[in-house]
Amino acid sequence: MSILNTEARPGEEAEDTAPVAVEVRGVHKWYGTHRVLDGVDLTVAPGEVTVILGPSGSGKSTLLRVINHLEQPQLGHVSLGGEPIGVRWHRGRLRELSERQILAQRSRIGFVFQNFNLFPHLTVLDNVAAAPVATGRLRKPEAQELARDLLGRVGLAEKVAAFPRQLSGGQQQRVAIARALALRPGVILFDEPTSALDPELVGEVLAVIKDLAAGGTTLLIVTHEIGFAREVADRVVFMDGGRILEQGSPAEVLDHPQHPRTREFLSKVL
Amino acid sequence: MSESLVPVVPSGTTHPPEADLPPQSAPPTSTGQRADQGPAAGPLSAQRVIPLRHPGRWITSAVALVLVAQIVHGLATNPFYQWDRFQYWFARPVITDGLWITLEVTAYSAVLGLLGGVVLALARLSRSPVLRAISWVYVWLFRSVPLIVVLLFLYNFSALYRTLSLGVPFGPAFWHFDESKLATDMVIAVIGLSLNEAAYAAEVVRAGILSVDQGQHEAAAALGLPKRYQFTRIVFPQALRAIVPSYVNQLIGLVKGTSLVFYVSLLDLFGSVQSMGSTYPGDIVPLLLVATVWYVILTSVISVVQFYVERYYSRGALRTLPPTPLQRLRAGLPNLIARVRRETAS
Repeated sequence: MSILNTEARPGEEAEDTAPVAVEVRGVHKWYGTHRVLDGVDLTVAPGEVTVILGPSGSGKSTLLRVINHLEQPQLGHVSLGGEPIGVRWHRGRLRELSERQILAQRSRIGFVFQNFNLFPHLTVLDNVAAAPVATGRLRKPEAQELARDLLGRVGLAEKVAAFPRQLSGGQQQRVAIARALALRPGVILFDEPTSALDPELVGEVLAVIKDLAAGGTTLLIVTHEIGFAREVADRVVFMDGGRILEQGSPAEVLDHPQHPRTREFLSKVL
Repeated sequence: MSESLVPVVPSGTTHPPEADLPPQSAPPTSTGQRADQGPAAGPLSAQRVIPLRHPGRWITSAVALVLVAQIVHGLATNPFYQWDRFQYWFARPVITDGLWITLEVTAYSAVLGLLGGVVLALARLSRSPVLRAISWVYVWLFRSVPLIVVLLFLYNFSALYRTLSLGVPFGPAFWHFDESKLATDMVIAVIGLSLNEAAYAAEVVRAGILSVDQGQHEAAAALGLPKRYQFTRIVFPQALRAIVPSYVNQLIGLVKGTSLVFYVSLLDLFGSVQSMGSTYPGDIVPLLLVATVWYVILTSVISVVQFYVERYYSRGALRTLPPTPLQRLRAGLPNLIARVRRETAS
């Protein structure tokens, strides 16, 4: 049973955060005449760590944003643990979910932004504790306890009272990861989590993600860190021009790329 | 202390002009004069830089101070102002009653205006073209029509619509109100000012909401926070940082705008002054001074409150909060005294 189907009740911690499978089927997305996603199919098994590579403008970020329904595809659909995202079947037709239902689905998908997007007016603790309280899963003291625990796990136990702008970029991104974890998501999407960081700070964030990968959570990571991809990825996906050109194990894609475009990209990045 | 840093050129010796440069470049002088130069003989890196003097700045400041003193002196001594009459009127019940009305009208209109402004701003930013258009037309209309016209219109409103009813639009009515009983002068004034205030507040609030980074909306949506929570706890508190200064500006305009309610026969501060002035024509000037001083006091109180409200909403936006004026004074006074001492000593 997927966590997307379990209706969270207040006070009852959703402990059954089994990793979920992600399925992307025939997703097309375009703005005017510009095709951003051009028929993307992707299947990610529960607990699998997938790294998405590709030049900028290849549609990687849009794909992640379609998965948690920040963007709606014009064609195709995404499902998590077998449950379609943003839509439901009703009398043989796909119907858009209500805003409340979409928000409830999103609260079970972690999303980590390139620019962290922490709430600057809230303390680090409140940033992490806000969502479980606002979505009615936990009461405030429990949420704060969970937040302290998660901030300890990302190595920021002593920063609970700080405001985000008082932290370094790497620390902010670790808070953002703790914030995503506070909702105990079955899958976490990382949109270039280290691209806005100084080279020195990249390592601390990647270490936290590596921990999560070892913990068996389903992860989809858009990144330019090829070394990191080689280390943690179960599968590497290469995208260009809104399509998936190649996918496979890191050894296959990174060391023996089949597609000429992949070879060209890797020769520039490596 | 600072004098000793200046290379001293003993009179009588004929140095080339280069001697005024730092001592390293100065040609060696006889050993007897060397001792006077003290620390000037040390390495360049160890020397304090003598700050540039600004005599022009001191002179203009002194001139300005003299002008201010003249104005204050004139205010105090010119019999035209009749300060004894000012004292007589300042806290008279007729004036404080008017002041109270001003405060009441301002408070109600400020709150209703801001609420209306938030609603209008949300309508303007909504995805419904109908709501967007209605909000736009409202703002356009009430920004175009002078406040005095709005007030006089409302004052004559009961002649246009004798009863107000609550019921199905264009259908049967369930409740009837006699408009002349409902619409007291106070109600008319508050409604008029609020309608006007809402139009301006809408733009202020809208600007504030637009100033919040798109990433904040996205992060709130990605966490699945409920819509209402997104607005009240994430977006609006951040928007307030931009809203507060402009809205306080608006509020100060409102305080003074209340002086127009005199025309709908509500005796506010200005109204009281006006009516007393026509009863005691000799006291017009001191009465106007009374009104001026009260308005200045109101604006000052609002400005102080503004400072602390702004400070509150800049939590997190700034790495460290700016010091309050009191803290700044406490920290700055010793510095200022030391500086004056230094400047006067040299």
